[in-house]
Amino acid sequence: MTAALGKDLVGLERLSPDQIRLILDTAEPFKEVSERPIKKVPALRGKTIVNLFFEASTRTRISFEFAEKRLSADTVNVAASGSAVQKGETLVDTARNLEAMRIDMVVIRHPSSGAAAFLGDRIRSNVVNAGDGKHEHPTQALLDLLTIRDKHGKIAGLKVCLVGDVLHSRVARSNIWGLSKLGAEVGVCGPDTLMPRGIEELGVCRFRRIEEAIEWADVLNVLRLQLERMEMGFIPSVREYYRVFGVTLERLEKAPRPLTIMHPGPMNRGVEIDSRVADGPHSVILDQVTNGVAVRMAVLYLLAGGRPELADAAKRGAE
Amino acid sequence: MTRPLLLSGGRVIDPRRGFDQPADVLIQDGKIAAVKAGLGAPDGADVRDVRGHVVAPGLVDVHVHLREPGNEDVETIATGARAAAAGGFSAVCAMPNTDPVTDNQAAVGFIVRQSARAGLTRVYPIGAISVGQRGERLSEFGEMVGAGAVAVSDDGRPVVSSHLMRTALEYARTFEIPVADHCEEPTLASGGVMHEGLVSTRLGLKGIPAAAEEIMVQRDILLAELTGGHVHLCHVSTRGSVELIRRAKQQGIRVTAEVTPHHLTLTDQACETYDTHAKMSPPLREAADIAALRQGLKEGVIDCVASDHAPHAYDAKEAAFDDAPFGIIGLETAFGVVHTELVLNGGLTLPELIARMSSAPAAAFRLPGGTLQPGAVADVVVLDTTTRWSVDPATLRSKSRNTPFAGRTLTGRAALTLVGGTIVHELEAAPGR
Repeated sequence: MTAALGKDLVGLERLSPDQIRLILDTAEPFKEVSERPIKKVPALRGKTIVNLFFEASTRTRISFEFAEKRLSADTVNVAASGSAVQKGETLVDTARNLEAMRIDMVVIRHPSSGAAAFLGDRIRSNVVNAGDGKHEHPTQALLDLLTIRDKHGKIAGLKVCLVGDVLHSRVARSNIWGLSKLGAEVGVCGPDTLMPRGIEELGVCRFRRIEEAIEWADVLNVLRLQLERMEMGFIPSVREYYRVFGVTLERLEKAPRPLTIMHPGPMNRGVEIDSRVADGPHSVILDQVTNGVAVRMAVLYLLAGGRPELADAAKRGAE
Repeated sequence: MTRPLLLSGGRVIDPRRGFDQPADVLIQDGKIAAVKAGLGAPDGADVRDVRGHVVAPGLVDVHVHLREPGNEDVETIATGARAAAAGGFSAVCAMPNTDPVTDNQAAVGFIVRQSARAGLTRVYPIGAISVGQRGERLSEFGEMVGAGAVAVSDDGRPVVSSHLMRTALEYARTFEIPVADHCEEPTLASGGVMHEGLVSTRLGLKGIPAAAEEIMVQRDILLAELTGGHVHLCHVSTRGSVELIRRAKQQGIRVTAEVTPHHLTLTDQACETYDTHAKMSPPLREAADIAALRQGLKEGVIDCVASDHAPHAYDAKEAAFDDAPFGIIGLETAFGVVHTELVLNGGLTLPELIARMSSAPAAAFRLPGGTLQPGAVADVVVLDTTTRWSVDPATLRSKSRNTPFAGRTLTGRAALTLVGGTIVHELEAAPGR
């Protein structure tokens, strides 16, 4: 049965505001599951899920795996290194071989943009995008949305600024779609070398100075600066980046109101974010991680055909 | 002695002579014998009634990749020549990025022999500019021309070294051949898989800015001016390039340029679904670029249409966008696409299109053909310009299927293709049969 989200979750660009709200609402009852001594509900009992990771990932992979296990699914992890992929097998062949073993869902992380959609178009199983190249990372944006909603009680009308390497960031693209669809104002801030062409045409405010972004925003979502960007010449040095664009306590203290601080991780302390900010009272960085499990449970549950109104029941183990 | 052939009652268009009227075309001994209304058929002549069709010089494509030697699984000279014949082409020029590279007289001679053996559309070899297309040392232009090469190019790889490009343009003057360049500044284009713009931003794909092409177009123009050599700019794709070429031609610099059917008709939005059949180099650009390319083609700023026919195995394109190879096939759809989109839907006249696909490319590369002048070699195409047909990749003669035009309904295709007076292609429901 195809659920309210369609067969696959490829990105937030394709979802309607109602579908995004449905995922967030469905995640609410699942939050509590992880707080219980026995962290398990039978919602996906008998389902087989493959976590197909062509790129290194710790947080996202573990978060998905917890979500799957807490829903009682059977899971298999396939990493690119040490598998047939390394022996030259193509993405299609890998997928077809997995499907030949009769699976129900694939969670895929891949370095090429469009890989999740490509896979979804070619196999019958549900496909969940856990990050494809520079395209989208929908579950990360969903957990960001849930965290903002928890903290502020709303999303519409808030000003959220994404800070840093938007050019290479799938998190940024998913956040732009998700936030705009739910009525937030979105800003982006960073050097032009790290901004993609035409970003303003997606309806975002463009800031070239972090001070202006801080003055404008209610929420800062600080993106990770991959250190290899410096080697590729996008910025002259990490030191200067921190001097010019770092989210520091001194800069935040000048803000007209306290800003909520988010980061998708893993953080480079002292590069894009000041440790005192990351560990400070307005940081919700660990809440994001906690919400990640609930959001992923909701996505898997809905894609598997679960009805939202049963999520509460599923949580109680009474399905 | 072969039988004389009379193409009777067609609309004869010979752009080089400005000829466009109903007439009969008599072909004898591999040559155009006469073009005139009311010609009688000589005894024993094969008479074809081509009323309602257009008779024109056989089409000429100065830019194809036929993959032989080295990748015969996806195309050979014979299958490529077969596809070309079906597309109405009587001559094509094969790029040297084969394996091994066509960078010496023996390799050039191999292509000439394979073409003769196929006995279909003429396949003229283009030799490499540099040994191994490595961009370092000049290949032996003189020996390659002696073996049958009609131009030199490192296509697929831009000539990065301006010094090498300069010496190539200078050295080529001795042999009066064009130096064809794939204009792409490699550090700007590095890692790019599509046009840089809003679509690449949304899709999260690395873009190639228009400037990457235009920098090299301008460099090549400056070097052509410096050397007096003839530079031919391959598959021009941006409005900026069109403007640079326009200015160069006004100054009398020896530059010619080509544009592909896909760059004239598709934009970067074709990449929207990560469709790897929309991945090509240079990338599909924007609507404003299409408009400028069409205008440039009409004015003759861009001399000719070339297909950049680039066959790839079906499973090579069955991959994530980043991982798929660049290029599409085009020989069998080229005329239909440009005729449908540019002639029927406005902009270009049919005689202009025929000029850009026959006489102009033949002139740019100094090839025989491209005219119906009596005495000329009988490279002729009969075009059905009214029947609609649907592009079904399964029925294409090319060995490969990588076309973004699958399922498109086109108007116009070759009914009959002649090479040296011999029929090399005939549509099943051919005229007069």
